[in-house]
Amino acid sequence: MPSAKLMQGNEACTIGALVAGLEFYAGYPITPSTEIAELCSEELPKVGGKFVQMEDEIGSIAAIIGASLTGKKSMTATSGPGFSLMQESLGYASETEVPVVIINVQRMGPSTGMPTSPAQGDVMQARWGTHGDHPVIALAPGNVKECFDLTVRAFNLAEEYRVPVIVLTDEVIGHMREKVLLPDWEDVKVVDRARPTAPGGYRPYEADLDGGVPLMAPFGQGYRWHVTGLFHDETGFPSGKADVADRLLRRLDRKITKNEKVIRDYVTESVEDCEILVVSFGSSAMSALSAVRRARREGVKAGMLRLKTIWPFPDEVLKDLSRNAKAVLVPEMNLGQLAYEVERTVGCRAPVVRIGKVNGDLFRPDEIHDKIMEAAK
Amino acid sequence: MRTEFRLSGSGGQGLLLAGIVLAEAAILEGKNAVQTQSYGPEARGGASKAEVVISGEDIDYPKAMDPDFLLALTAEAYRTYGKLMKKGLIIVDESVPPSEDIIARTARVPILKTAAKDIGKSVVANIVALGVLAGVSGIVEPGTLEAAVKNRVPKGTEELNVAALKKGFELATAFKAKA
Repeated sequence: MPSAKLMQGNEACTIGALVAGLEFYAGYPITPSTEIAELCSEELPKVGGKFVQMEDEIGSIAAIIGASLTGKKSMTATSGPGFSLMQESLGYASETEVPVVIINVQRMGPSTGMPTSPAQGDVMQARWGTHGDHPVIALAPGNVKECFDLTVRAFNLAEEYRVPVIVLTDEVIGHMREKVLLPDWEDVKVVDRARPTAPGGYRPYEADLDGGVPLMAPFGQGYRWHVTGLFHDETGFPSGKADVADRLLRRLDRKITKNEKVIRDYVTESVEDCEILVVSFGSSAMSALSAVRRARREGVKAGMLRLKTIWPFPDEVLKDLSRNAKAVLVPEMNLGQLAYEVERTVGCRAPVVRIGKVNGDLFRPDEIHDKIMEAAK
Repeated sequence: MRTEFRLSGSGGQGLLLAGIVLAEAAILEGKNAVQTQSYGPEARGGASKAEVVISGEDIDYPKAMDPDFLLALTAEAYRTYGKLMKKGLIIVDESVPPSEDIIARTARVPILKTAAKDIGKSVVANIVALGVLAGVSGIVEPGTLEAAVKNRVPKGTEELNVAALKKGFELATAFKAKA
């Protein structure tokens, strides 16, 4: 039986990756994500995997895309500055449908910013950092246990839909240690990409046009196929034809939109009769939960929606929960990024109050509590 | 009940490790514990702080809001965080000069001197301090803390660190006898 342990968020991400079947890590260490690289360098060789410290983050993401093409589950970890450098190849992974996992332990930006301080400023970068419409999934753990759970899930979703999946944590969650009880490894559900059974007649990008996922052949095992960031047809070779481009991009997009209900993941507290709805994620949500609980004890009908899947954004869930809200509050450690989506989704049903914090400190619960009380007046 | 600890000083003093050991000891006793940290980009020097929240119940907010115990090993940490202390007890190294605008109850303890003179290694000041903190607060049993120390310190230094921990307990007993 597993026993409860004191575990760090970055450590839990790494263990989750190993349980999910991580075989290849390439990265450039950066605070506050470094522990993930350190642990992977220690643990991967023990299970026959490979760890490579790269020259930079551009090389890191390129290396994990290459490794994934050979059939190995691959990951990198970084923070804002490195995540910025990865954007070009992140688009390449989306276009070529190569499953990779990127853990972004967010710190204060822009630029080098405050290396050791938490922030949540990469919400929009995770969605729109690379150019062009592209499918992407971003998950946001809210505690150390979820660092494990959602890293496993990131691999599973990446394999299932052949998309890059971003695990968006932050300095607080990444460095925090808490009591964690992990499940037996054998009980953890692990998904592997669907593969063709024989090389003969393999068409690498053949799939149902309504969000289908093509079979993925591992390089080096008798399959020959072409991988390109150019728009391509079912053979994998480039095509400049309008209908080919349109079909491909719509299929890529549908992989996510069609499965949003399955990908969506969230937790709620006291939402049944809530008038003040707080929407948050990651470490801000810990402060928000404390504030919501205090407001409840004081007789205010406050409730909370905490997103574990940020992208795709769960429109339907928020629409339902905000139906009777008098106000929707969005505390986040940026100047309003998730708030854009909340405003779009809630529309004119209720005023959306942005609560941004950008000084490198986690919210104190009373800062959010004050806003709840103000909104409840 | 929620008990909050703030361990502050400068980078390289090992306060983070002390915080980790304290949280681990609490977990060994079946309690909930969360440890967080805050430090600058320097490898050594600069302000450093570790916080530990221990509770029998679910811990939602992971940081200290109104610490029950503040440990301060440098004058800078004492001045910065001492001022914020309301209900709690400050444990400060006796080498740090008192400050008039810090009004919280304060224990002045020879932590750095004990590590340097009695143990002969100033690097174990963090574990001496941990012994003081645990002894004064009574938050975990000495035996549990000793097990957690052995778990977390570098291999080969267990004996040295346990000796430091015991010195810390003695300093706590001496303080409690006076108080």
